[in-house]
Amino acid sequence: MRWGWKQPSVIPGFGLTLGYTLLYLSLVVLLPLSALFVRSAALSWEEFWDIITQPRVVASYRLTLGTSLVGASMNVVFGFIVAWCLVRYRFPGRRLLDALVDLPFALPTAVSGIALTTIYSQHGWLGRHLEPLGIKAAFSPLGITIALTFIGLPFVVRTVQPALEELDDEAEQAAASLGATRWQAFWRVIVPSVLPAVVTGFALAFARALGEYGSVVFIAGNMPLKTEITSLLIVTKLEQYDYAGATAIAATMLVASFVILLVINTFQWWVSRSYQRGV
Amino acid sequence: MSIEVRHVTKTFGTFTALQDVSMKVDDGELVGLLGPSGSGKTTLLRIIAGLEVPDDDGRSAVLFHGEDVARRQAGQRQVGFVFQHYALFKHMTVYENIAFGLRVRPRHQRPPRSEIHRRVTELLRLIQLEAFGQRYPAQLSGGQRQRVALARALAIEPRVLLLDEPFGALDAKVRQGLRNWLRRLHDKLHMTTVLVTHDQEEALAVSDRVVVMNQARIEQEGTPAYVFHNPASEFVMDFLGDVNVFPGRIEHGRAVLSGMTIDVPGLTRHPGGSTKVYVRPHELEVRREPVTEPNLPARVVRINQAGSFAKITLTIEGGSEIQVDLPFERYQEINLQPGETVYVSPRKVRVFGAEYMI
Repeated sequence: MRWGWKQPSVIPGFGLTLGYTLLYLSLVVLLPLSALFVRSAALSWEEFWDIITQPRVVASYRLTLGTSLVGASMNVVFGFIVAWCLVRYRFPGRRLLDALVDLPFALPTAVSGIALTTIYSQHGWLGRHLEPLGIKAAFSPLGITIALTFIGLPFVVRTVQPALEELDDEAEQAAASLGATRWQAFWRVIVPSVLPAVVTGFALAFARALGEYGSVVFIAGNMPLKTEITSLLIVTKLEQYDYAGATAIAATMLVASFVILLVINTFQWWVSRSYQRGV
Repeated sequence: MSIEVRHVTKTFGTFTALQDVSMKVDDGELVGLLGPSGSGKTTLLRIIAGLEVPDDDGRSAVLFHGEDVARRQAGQRQVGFVFQHYALFKHMTVYENIAFGLRVRPRHQRPPRSEIHRRVTELLRLIQLEAFGQRYPAQLSGGQRQRVALARALAIEPRVLLLDEPFGALDAKVRQGLRNWLRRLHDKLHMTTVLVTHDQEEALAVSDRVVVMNQARIEQEGTPAYVFHNPASEFVMDFLGDVNVFPGRIEHGRAVLSGMTIDVPGLTRHPGGSTKVYVRPHELEVRREPVTEPNLPARVVRINQAGSFAKITLTIEGGSEIQVDLPFERYQEINLQPGETVYVSPRKVRVFGAEYMI
């Protein structure tokens, strides 16, 4: 049998791998997620709408999305600089620094949360000096942003790093010989070349931040309407045996996240569509 | 715009890429920088372009039209540089690639949009890719990409054009086509051009003058014909074409090899002793019968008739192989067969003085 849309390929195993992919994704991702929707289906539409539009819930959406966005954006800037430094220069301790980048991956999130709270609270090493400046780091949206930046950093660094390594340094030399300044070469040649990787890194850091719980709850302070993130709200509902309420909020968050990631992926595809073809 | 390089030395760690090299390229000349890989030719080109800085020993200088540009950065030298692997901007269309050099100019020097458009369109016509302006480099063939790279370099109206193995990554047919096209282009624009290549055929075919480099030094310079027919050293002899090497001796100003004694002009002052005698394959004559001239019996092993010359491989006494190129008509006339014994006599031999020996 020949399927119309399937290109004949010399690499065997398309059917097998596609079948496995679908099965695996169904078991690991789709099944638990659909359980979520089934569970929330116990509610009527009115009840569902009531729960997800409560001021406390809406405030948590806003906070979670906002801090995640800011955290991921900060990671794009500083993660890019870290990746640039690690790729472009050779200096003693480079490998050590390189290994440090992965630390937020490896640490249990609660550990990072406690560590960050210790440093940024009123009496902490950094918080102590920020307090007189009128900056309240811990127990504020700023604290949440700090935690989300911390856990998202490796995503940006690890996606941008290979892209920078693959960069054709002759293209930069060509730009220089054509009269471009270092700054022009950076913005017009380097940045567009690694943009797809940067967008991917942003999407990963952002997605991770949306779902983050452990590192945030300690530093957030968890004041309703002010510093309460959506994942915490879900856990709170679960602890009160309000399963339907928890799943309703979770389902909303899930759909929102999916839509946002889809938009980012589409943008990424659009950025790289033309010149990533072929060589 | 003439280019002059004086006493340039360049080392990378312990590796010496250039050792006190001086060279001059006249205004409007196309010079081929020829040498094996690692001979320093690309480093020399990059130093001219400003992409590499010569070692600071107080003597080195790079002059454009008599003016020292050593302190000037690549972008201020108005040099068109073409890389072996094109180095096109992958995320830009062909049009944007060519316009790049004009668009990055400081505002007060930047031509207006319409002027840029006119210039790019003109260059697209010059490289015969008018219909490809909106394509991306990945959608072009190797030869087309290199033409775009050339147009991009020409867009800034450079004072000199520097080409680093521009056809090295292309297949033979395309390479030859582009090489001829480049020569025609040069005849039209008369822009001072330096072409780096390791392909001696390419260098000899397009250049007004070739500079042969080896091991961080210049071995010889001159017109292609002069260098080919009067190689200054064993290296140049060997690098510029096929050559047969016979072990021999010098006795009383004459070369003695494998039982032949041959007069070599200018050898009377040679101190004597063992030497190597060089003969190009087309400078050997093959006959069925021994003649009075110095000659050497040999047995025909293989004949390759494909080409304007019949390439005949023979073995001589002692078992070593030699190569003879016979014009095809001459080959048909004597109708050689593999296995035959023939007599080979050199029309011209070369012996290099002791100063070239390593």
